Amino acid sequence: MGIIKASKLIYEYIKRDEEGNPEGVNRAVDQVDIDIQPGQFVAILGHNGSGKSTLAKHMNALLLPTEGTIWVGDKDTSLEDNLWDVRRTAGMVFQNPDNQIIGTVVEEDVGFGPENLAVPTQEIWKRVDRSLEAVGMTAYRYHSPNKLSGGQKQRVAIAGIMAMKPRCIVLDEPTAMLDPNGRKEVIRTVRELNRAEGITVILITHYMEEVIEADRVYVMDGGRVVMEGTPKEVFARTEELKGYRLDVPQVTELAWELKKAGLPLTDGILTIDDFVDEILAIHQKSGK
Amino acid sequence: MIELKNINYTYGGGTTQQIHALKDVSLQIPDGQFIGLIGHTGSGKSTLIQHLNGLVKATSGDILYNGQSIYAEGFSMKGLRSKVGLVFQYPEHQLFETDVFTDVCFGPKNLGLDAEEIRARAREALDLVGLDESYDKVSPFELSGGQKRRVAIAGVLAMKPDVLILDEPTAGLDPKGRDEILDQVAKLHRERGITVVLVSHSMEDVAKYVDRIIVMNHGQVAFDGVPKEVFRHYQELETMGLAAPQVTYIVQALRAKGFPIGEDITTVEEAKAAILQVVGGKR
Repeated sequence: MGIIKASKLIYEYIKRDEEGNPEGVNRAVDQVDIDIQPGQFVAILGHNGSGKSTLAKHMNALLLPTEGTIWVGDKDTSLEDNLWDVRRTAGMVFQNPDNQIIGTVVEEDVGFGPENLAVPTQEIWKRVDRSLEAVGMTAYRYHSPNKLSGGQKQRVAIAGIMAMKPRCIVLDEPTAMLDPNGRKEVIRTVRELNRAEGITVILITHYMEEVIEADRVYVMDGGRVVMEGTPKEVFARTEELKGYRLDVPQVTELAWELKKAGLPLTDGILTIDDFVDEILAIHQKSGK
Repeated sequence: MIELKNINYTYGGGTTQQIHALKDVSLQIPDGQFIGLIGHTGSGKSTLIQHLNGLVKATSGDILYNGQSIYAEGFSMKGLRSKVGLVFQYPEHQLFETDVFTDVCFGPKNLGLDAEEIRARAREALDLVGLDESYDKVSPFELSGGQKRRVAIAGVLAMKPDVLILDEPTAGLDPKGRDEILDQVAKLHRERGITVVLVSHSMEDVAKYVDRIIVMNHGQVAFDGVPKEVFRHYQELETMGLAAPQVTYIVQALRAKGFPIGEDITTVEEAKAAILQVVGGKR
């Protein structure tokens, strides 16, 4: 069994009118089955309102299933006795960095999590050192978090989660409010944690460039998982992605357009290098 | 036409934290242009747009609106703000009325117009952003992120501005929501001839829509020209924390390998046409 596994997961909430009377039931997550293996880098894509954030909030028991089950590190999240273990297994990073930082100094903020886990002081400092190093923020340890850029703040938030030593980090649109530089910083950091530390990463996003190096991609629409596979497999279905209000990188789009116009290109080209190689091969064959 | 003459803006003056946010910026914004304003966080682009409708007053320099200095005594700032409409980042946070229609009426109501004109303008503005009557009585808080943002933009359009400034109008939206907003803005520009200044981080978006790009860096104008000219400096743009659209890099990579393709390509459509011209494909 994987580190996070959901079986027929359903989440419903009741819509109410102004007087608080129930108006109807909304199903935000609908019969989702997922199985994420330890050490994987998994991306969950979907447009606004597709249910991806609701699904993410089940991964550390911020929401509990209406029907079905989700296990985090073998523990059923719906049992209250498991809550502590579930949250220690899966740490969460949210969209807005300003809502996640509480310390007045960077290193204090990072130490907040392990302190709450009653980790001995000596060990807390070790973890703070290591976490700040892992996200490349050691130089800022004595700085005030509110003077940092958005990307730096998100890296501090990630360090704060790292210091609790979770086996898995769930990032819910961590780059949506950042500029292109901040976005790159955060994604580079997350990828590095996955590679160097072997932490399982679940990245929720609607930026396609961020999922190219994922091991596995899930696409959500209307609360369901509608596509699943490697990035190459998923991006090869360009037309279908557009139907789910998503986009592909320009290189994939260009390859797809050229293929439609009759050029013999492979499906799901994700990198400029692959594209250039194929175009040059076609050019040589055409003998011009 | 808006004209900026040697605008300087400093804040935190007299403290150790003094920041020179705009340095001797001179620009002309003629009527009817669609301008993309780009620059990384802290480059001065948000400060710049706040000068355009007088929300921030320059430390030195002058701004002319249709030839008149906005800093002259007796100049109507209220009049200026109804003509130069500014849509802030995350404008949906500024929605507050109980239904969509009333919210859009708020601006024109403050212009002191009569009830009939207010209603006519609100209806027209909502039509412009693609929200029909069925949304009139809906609470703005029940709408999706993209719809909320369109209501907020309609609120500014109902003032009938000549110039529309949008500060990252697509931040946080999914690709479809982003295209919807930008297509509508482009349509407004095309059909109404209003001047648009679009602040954006996305080079792909800017390349697709605007006729002129202004690049800000360290409080100064680094580049100013048509997209093709500006993206030719993609290496310099990178040192400023920016980048050209991905398609520019594809074209550069092809050229580096000797593939005969022109360098001034900034959109997927142009690249497709240029590549097909070289290697054929079915017609």
